[in-house]
Amino acid sequence: MLKIEHVFKTFNTGTVNEKKALTDLNLELNDGDFATIIGSNGAGKSTMFNAIAGSFYTDSGFIELDGEDITFTPEHTRSRYIGRLFQDPLMGTAPHMTIEENLSVAYLRASEHKRGIFSHVSKSDRDKFREQLSLLDMGLENRMNTPVGLLSGGQRQALTLLMATMVTPKLLMLDEHTAALDPSTAAKVLDLTKKIIKERNISCLMVTHNMNQALELGNRTLMMNNGNIVFDVAGEERSHMTINDLLNKFEENAGKALNNDRILLSTKEGV
Amino acid sequence: MTGFLTAGIIRTALEVGLIYSLVALSLFISYSILNICDLSTDGCYTLGCAVGAIVTIAGHPFLAIPAAMLAGICSGYVTALLQTKFGVESILAGIIVNTGLYTVNLAVMGFSSNVSIFGTDTIFSIFKNLNSSGFWKDWCSLILLTAIVVTVCFLIKWFLGTTLGLSIRATGDSPAMVRASSINPLFTITVGLCCSNALTGLAGCLIGQYNKTCDINLGTGMVTIALASLVIGETLMGKGRMMFRILGMVVGSCFYRFIISIALRLNVPTEAFKLVSAVIVAIAIAAPRAKQLIAFKHKQMQAFQERKNMRGDKADA
Repeated sequence: MLKIEHVFKTFNTGTVNEKKALTDLNLELNDGDFATIIGSNGAGKSTMFNAIAGSFYTDSGFIELDGEDITFTPEHTRSRYIGRLFQDPLMGTAPHMTIEENLSVAYLRASEHKRGIFSHVSKSDRDKFREQLSLLDMGLENRMNTPVGLLSGGQRQALTLLMATMVTPKLLMLDEHTAALDPSTAAKVLDLTKKIIKERNISCLMVTHNMNQALELGNRTLMMNNGNIVFDVAGEERSHMTINDLLNKFEENAGKALNNDRILLSTKEGV
Repeated sequence: MTGFLTAGIIRTALEVGLIYSLVALSLFISYSILNICDLSTDGCYTLGCAVGAIVTIAGHPFLAIPAAMLAGICSGYVTALLQTKFGVESILAGIIVNTGLYTVNLAVMGFSSNVSIFGTDTIFSIFKNLNSSGFWKDWCSLILLTAIVVTVCFLIKWFLGTTLGLSIRATGDSPAMVRASSINPLFTITVGLCCSNALTGLAGCLIGQYNKTCDINLGTGMVTIALASLVIGETLMGKGRMMFRILGMVVGSCFYRFIISIALRLNVPTEAFKLVSAVIVAIAIAAPRAKQLIAFKHKQMQAFQERKNMRGDKADA
């Protein structure tokens, strides 16, 4: 499915601000894998996402998606197969465009959508949008002509999720997409995420700072440190793991105590 | 009122306002929709006028329109190319193209600073000769221009509803979303700027045929005027539905021309004219904010007064 081999990326090479963001990163994701990713700030989680999405080209190494080398594929071409959600709920939607217009922009990714660049939103498109919106259970299907800027953060994030998965992506990347939402909305968006991923068997990478989520969600947990994946657990071993095991594992692999308050806090919450 | 503003003055204001509204619509696409400051408008307007004038003199007043628009598209393409492929700041790209266009415009006009198209047919004179009644002679230009502007408005409205149009709107509204939606922002920016500059070229062509002359300095200050019309339009018509926003541009530029006509009627000396224009623009842009400030100050004073009264009551008790 997704294969990352020996990927390196350094920012500001040759200056005092030089930052080795990814160092010999290797990852192989199988079809239908749902991996959660944890790691302290600056571990390279978002950089890895950016490398996969094509926000920049890597210094060396290669990235393969579904058997196809995408190392030098431009970002907008990759986004046809890769869905992405950001932590900031305002980033995934266009505030001055209506819900319907946002959805039709997302629908452009559909490969069957070959009616040309001058086509308008058709009746059948509109029905499809309405049907999908009703799955969110937020009443958005009756507000198709509302500018997205008037929706709440949770509604916008749910809409972004819908847009990212409207055309089933080969890979879905979630970068702490519920972190900025209030607890009940976060739970709702998370449920929705789980449901969509399960129903359509989408391969998924999800960054989280919540240790419970890291172990409960999906079938695999990755831990990152210093631009590398230092720990990778799945199956039997994972199902027996506790949060403390996970923290110990981190110390063992990274050689230092976990220095991220948010992770520690969310651990206490969870226990 | 009729003595102060005659039918002739109002008609001229409307005619020029309609032509200018095409430039306002051009800026609406680049500035409001794409969120790009395209400062090549001045040069592009003159380019449209120069190309239009030369083709008209050659005896093809109708061919002049697509020719001028094509010239505008080329200019827009260069601006877009500088921004997208070579990473030049959008404002800088516009200024560079604008500077370069000065020479291009001179070259188009055969290296003379003005060209006259008196004595040749223009679309206005051809349209005028369709009917010989007095009413037609007076109003035909306005009717023709209205038809052109209305057509352009509907075309823009239609275009912005197409998938390509929606992609262009999304590019200006949320760059992060566009990158996640398989839209190539470089492509949408290029298409948007080409469309926008085609309209500027069209406006230049029409003003050239309308005035029957083309001058190298014709476009100077055009971007300010168009921006003023845009802001007036948005203040008057709001930022709601797309059709109202588009019509707002037309209303805004006609309104602007009316104010200029009034200033002319009040015998403001020609030397002071640029200043008058600048003041109008400043007022138009500052008006909504000033209104807010006044309302806020009023509220503040009221609150102070209320609190003072309350404290006064307590002291008495």
